[in-house]
Amino acid sequence: MKIAVLVKLVPDSEAQIKLNADKSWIETRDISWVMGPYDEYAIEEALKTAGDKGGEVTVISYGDEQAVDGLRKALAMGVHNAVRVKREGEQDLLGTANALAEALKDNGYDLIFTGFKANDDDCAAIGTMVGTLLDIPVITEVSKLEVGEGNVRAERDIEGGREIIEASMPCVITAQKGLNEPRYASLKGIMMAKKKQIEEVVVTHTESRIEMAGLNYPPERAAGKVVGEGAEAVPELVRLLREEAKVIE
Amino acid sequence: MDYLFDDFQKELIKQANRIGREKVKPLAAEYDREGTFPKKLIKVFAEAGFYTIYIPEEYGGIGRGILDLVLVTEEISRFCGGISLAVAATALGTFPIIIGGNEEQKKKYLPELAAGESIAAFGLTEPAAGSDAGKIQTRAVKKGDKYILNGTKVFITNGGNARINTIIASTDPERGTRGATAFIVEEGMPGFRYGKMEDKMGIRASSTAELIFEDCEVPVANRIGEEGQGFMVAMKTLDKSRPGVAAQALGIAQGAFDLACEYAKTREQFGQSIIKFQAIQFMLADMATQIEASRAMLYATSRMIDNGIDDVAKESSMCKIMASDTAMQVTTDAVQIFGGYGYMRDYPVEKMMRDAKITQIYEGTNQILRMVIARQLIKDITRHT
Repeated sequence: MKIAVLVKLVPDSEAQIKLNADKSWIETRDISWVMGPYDEYAIEEALKTAGDKGGEVTVISYGDEQAVDGLRKALAMGVHNAVRVKREGEQDLLGTANALAEALKDNGYDLIFTGFKANDDDCAAIGTMVGTLLDIPVITEVSKLEVGEGNVRAERDIEGGREIIEASMPCVITAQKGLNEPRYASLKGIMMAKKKQIEEVVVTHTESRIEMAGLNYPPERAAGKVVGEGAEAVPELVRLLREEAKVIE
Repeated sequence: MDYLFDDFQKELIKQANRIGREKVKPLAAEYDREGTFPKKLIKVFAEAGFYTIYIPEEYGGIGRGILDLVLVTEEISRFCGGISLAVAATALGTFPIIIGGNEEQKKKYLPELAAGESIAAFGLTEPAAGSDAGKIQTRAVKKGDKYILNGTKVFITNGGNARINTIIASTDPERGTRGATAFIVEEGMPGFRYGKMEDKMGIRASSTAELIFEDCEVPVANRIGEEGQGFMVAMKTLDKSRPGVAAQALGIAQGAFDLACEYAKTREQFGQSIIKFQAIQFMLADMATQIEASRAMLYATSRMIDNGIDDVAKESSMCKIMASDTAMQVTTDAVQIFGGYGYMRDYPVEKMMRDAKITQIYEGTNQILRMVIARQLIKDITRHT
């Protein structure tokens, strides 16, 4: 079985995000980058599937030199091959998905895993777009997966229940929390990952159709207001909630 | 301070810190309260390859050195100074095999230790032989292809959980330290059992047990080196493992310091956060300075060992004294900064203070280590005059 995993590095969730001087992007200098947590579920599921069914796992990342760090992290966890799809200029989501789809097509992957979102921009778009561009089924936010002969059976949480979806392979699975417990890269894995060759792929890019107009901080929260103390303050509180905050009727 | 780590060490620190934060931190308080041995976490440490660090590649390890082991021990100890011993004390129990073991012994024992399938313990201390290690009374008498061991070892870290125990026993009591010999004793060998499991002040997630040998049969093939080399093997082992105790102490100190800083920033009195008071600032400045000094000395000593400098008894003693005294001082001050809350079990700093104390005592009390340092100083002085 041939399995691909699409991954992306994201800022450590403990990093303090600041905008750069001209507010065109975040200040990346002091940020430590980690594998997207949902991508880790994707890698683990790919490795588990390859372990159970036999096969090879290839990790693919779209980006500049920094993407290599992400690929090495995946190699350290045990994936077999790594491919960097070279970035050209700024790309919108569709451009990124298109570049990845170009790199994936004609390679005979049976399964394509990715995190359901990268928790930096939270777009949750790439998996679905890649599947659509390749014209294969996509199951998103999967928290349980069974891989059969030529088909998969996936479970996903929906409001008040669980949805069970079957699809034929090849298909795209986007990973949600709960799918598995990702392994830690071993020190031996980290050591070997440094020596592994990373394949570089150049693809034809589409023209980006959106442009980043700017970034801004969320508005600062206004200070709270103390209405009074004890039960006698309740009528005034209710009045303010109704008339000023307009949160009750 | 930048310690100029290589790329691998930078990754290793991140990985150990992540595992500490994600796996050790959530269990530290419970394991301390219950005195739980961290079997669950040993699996995680094994998967992460922490037991491969100091074992040569040909026996399933990655053949790195003391500095890497120190870095992992320090990071884990920031979150629990007891749980980190599941790694550090296994290294201590493994070193005698690496230092003095023959090819067969290395082939037989190192791969399972590297894989973390078994952990190890080192047994030197006895009821009547603590700092005066030459007074060991455990006897080993050769009978055919076996040695018969009789005696008791006490305060053995990982005791009761280690499949592989490296034990120092006397084959010739008249010769004192020169009559000591090292053996590998496996769990389940006839005549070997565990005695009392100790109930300790701190490092409660680590097991400390008595090992009892009653006509215990150990194959001659399990003797490390020759008869009479046991004390030398033990001393070389301790020279290498002492930085590990310093790393444990340093990690405990760093963990307490981090919490003290965070608390000082958020705790408000007299209408401002207490970190604005010079009384607190001076305490934090002293804590940070002691921590950094201990760290610099520890890393320098570890690098000496990794570069093949053999005679490090003085340096490894110095860094163990420095780091353990720092840990005691810093954790005490952290409790002080937390005030009344710091004294309560609901807050993590009192545990750190309890954990810190042992680092001044074991693997050579800080008093006996001063003798080691002085002995070396006298040698140096005599050499230069």
